[in-house]
Amino acid sequence: MTASTPILEMEGVSKRFPGVVALDQVSLTVGTGEIVALIGENGAGKSTLMKILGGAISRDAGTVKIDGRPVEIRSPREASALGIEFIHQELSVLDNLDVAANIFLHREPTTGGWLKLIDRKRVYREADELLRKTGLDLPSRTPLGQLSLAQQQLVEIARALGTGARIIIMDEPTSSLTLTETRRLLEIVKDLRAQNVSVIYISHRMHEVEEIADRAVVLRDGKNAGEIAGGEITHERMVRMMVGRDLKEFFKGPRGNGTVKANEGFEVRRLRTLRYPQHRISFNVGKGEVLGFAGLVGAGRSEVARAIFGVEEAIESEVALNGQTLHIDDPQDAITHGIYLVPEDRRLNGLIVDFNVRENISLPNLDSYSSAKIINRAKEAKAALDACKAINIKTPTPEMRAANLSGGNQQKVVLAKWLTFSPRVLIFDEPTRGIDVGAKAEIYELIRKLAAEGVSVIVISSEMEEVLGLSDRIAVMHEGRLTGILERAQFSEEAVMRLATGTDT
Amino acid sequence: MKKELGIFVLLIVLCIIVSAINPNFLLAINLQNLARQIGAFGIFSIGLGLVIITGGIELSVGSMMALLGVLLSMMLTEWKLGVVIAVLACMGLAMLLSLGHGLLITRLNMQPFIVTLCGLLFYRGLARFITKDETKGFGTVAGLDFLRFLANGNLLGIPMPFVLLIIISAITWVALHRSVYGRYLFATGRNPEAARYAGINTKQIVTLTYVISGALTAISGIIFAFYTNSVSPANHGNAYELYGIAAAVLGGCSLRGGEGSVVGILIGTALLQVLRNLVNLLGIPSSLDFAVMGAVILIGVMADQIFTERRNRRQVAVMRETTAR
Repeated sequence: MTASTPILEMEGVSKRFPGVVALDQVSLTVGTGEIVALIGENGAGKSTLMKILGGAISRDAGTVKIDGRPVEIRSPREASALGIEFIHQELSVLDNLDVAANIFLHREPTTGGWLKLIDRKRVYREADELLRKTGLDLPSRTPLGQLSLAQQQLVEIARALGTGARIIIMDEPTSSLTLTETRRLLEIVKDLRAQNVSVIYISHRMHEVEEIADRAVVLRDGKNAGEIAGGEITHERMVRMMVGRDLKEFFKGPRGNGTVKANEGFEVRRLRTLRYPQHRISFNVGKGEVLGFAGLVGAGRSEVARAIFGVEEAIESEVALNGQTLHIDDPQDAITHGIYLVPEDRRLNGLIVDFNVRENISLPNLDSYSSAKIINRAKEAKAALDACKAINIKTPTPEMRAANLSGGNQQKVVLAKWLTFSPRVLIFDEPTRGIDVGAKAEIYELIRKLAAEGVSVIVISSEMEEVLGLSDRIAVMHEGRLTGILERAQFSEEAVMRLATGTDT
Repeated sequence: MKKELGIFVLLIVLCIIVSAINPNFLLAINLQNLARQIGAFGIFSIGLGLVIITGGIELSVGSMMALLGVLLSMMLTEWKLGVVIAVLACMGLAMLLSLGHGLLITRLNMQPFIVTLCGLLFYRGLARFITKDETKGFGTVAGLDFLRFLANGNLLGIPMPFVLLIIISAITWVALHRSVYGRYLFATGRNPEAARYAGINTKQIVTLTYVISGALTAISGIIFAFYTNSVSPANHGNAYELYGIAAAVLGGCSLRGGEGSVVGILIGTALLQVLRNLVNLLGIPSSLDFAVMGAVILIGVMADQIFTERRNRRQVAVMRETTAR
């Protein structure tokens, strides 16, 4: 399927960020009309490589060739001019405009000469046309804010189609889609191939890659880890190449026995979140147990975590620790009871990135380093230094701004905050997102160690391997509903996906 | 401290230039007068600076001073209330109104700019209405010696407002840079979400800060009332909030919140008052007063921005080296 001259050649591409080498001499070749799956763990460098191709960030070294000619892509606009379109993992649509305006953003057909009035008739007609192509059955005048996450994703695809792109980059396009929507998307991708459009497809869903990819390129720790040709793509081969070692080694830590005793551990009863008020969530986590939370993006897992921690109001909830009902109105209450949250968005909620490591670690526990409300700097600095040593936070000094640390070390700072207390319940929301493999293994080890010490741990994760490898039991959610809790014996990727996509009920 | 150093150098250079051109700058009477102004403006500027560190803004300072000024006059001269009661009433009212600002901002999620802009309009109007737009003074009422002393007196040759400013600055410095409250304030101003996730009661911190600002505004307001000795409801304190904001920003407070220092605000206030003095002493037409201030603030903030970016880049470079090993 590869044509004689590849449409895209990236060679020896390197990129360094403060605190981390994101890409080290990475190469990627894509043929015309070829679907190349770019796979690797979180933090392997896939997104960085694609951002370089999309013109969002600059490379430190290496060459990029389109049709055999070297090019410099300095902005998304230049990428677009070269026929490269990027469909982002984080939606980049504007919810204050309608669907058509989003599809034609920045390339609106105009009329009226120098007046540059938007040719509304054409915009809506062509937008409707593009929507039909993506199988999205709604008028393009609909305000985008009314669309579901999945529909918004399709709007992004319609936008890319409309530009007549030759290379379309899809970064986790199915992470928020249901099975039916995923099927439709895969058909669209195949259609694109038939029209000689090249697709770079980034996904964690191995069976999708198996189905559509002509070739899989694997990245690990910012380097090329290998390639697998179309017919030979299997789940096992990909995972082995991605992780670089046997998975079992990764998750070898001690496990709890998985039994839950009455009046011990943590219990949530009839929790209703603001986002999904129609569903009641009940579950429990034993002392020393790790309960995984699986589901698609937007399934309502983070909302549950935030409601438990009191940072988001719950319509109704009952929370009990060791049989004793607790009253949690705000995070202060949760913290008092030994319930802590390591939030999904480190930089927004977990840390104050402009604070240094010491100030971040001491923030929730300041009172214990102060007398008469005056902070004892020596005490505070010592506690921070001890915390850095205890969980191996790599920073020259605790006085370093948190913003300059790598993702893995930032995550450890967030965790260190809570370890200065003695946690009883720890909730991790996507604990290893954007973290390199080494730091990941350390975080897993910490989670298992905390569980072994008797902490009730909840791990929300969208990474299948992580959820399966780390949990004693797995709770699965779909569109705000708890669709099932799997015991160890029932663990399998298929079982989780069935519950996560709501096809079982 | 590096941040304040730049603006401090600017202040010193400015002083040297002014005194070189017009040696009258260094006359004791001029310096005393300057110190008195710095004191009176500095006290409420510190409050405004704290509000700015929360990521908020307080625009009603000048109007509130006018309202407090006319009320103080009416309480003392017309209603014949005791001095202590009148002063306490002023302080209480200012804190109550600011508490209102704080609650509207934190409980109803209203934007600080809008809440305090309404305050600016409302208090000014109220001041003019209750006085029927007549200028109020303190006449020859007895028993006001102490208040007059606070505004116009000296302690060992140092003007009282300046002495008060030093005392208040010292207290605020400890609170902001050494206490738990200060750390929470910086955390809340920089990233209210993360602060909440760390268990900080951010609403309480923000509300408290507005109340502190109100109290400091009241102290400044009382000083100004006795300094001018007459309060014209339409003009008294006009645009003073802008002096406070300018001083805070010059001193390194970021309007994005989470940044600033007491020393910076003090130097910023001093710089502004020296600028006003300079316009006077150098014979620059007083109509250019605001233009000079605007230009100097712009240059100051611009320079600071450039330095900050350089420093950040250097820190990134250091980090790169340590990880490259």
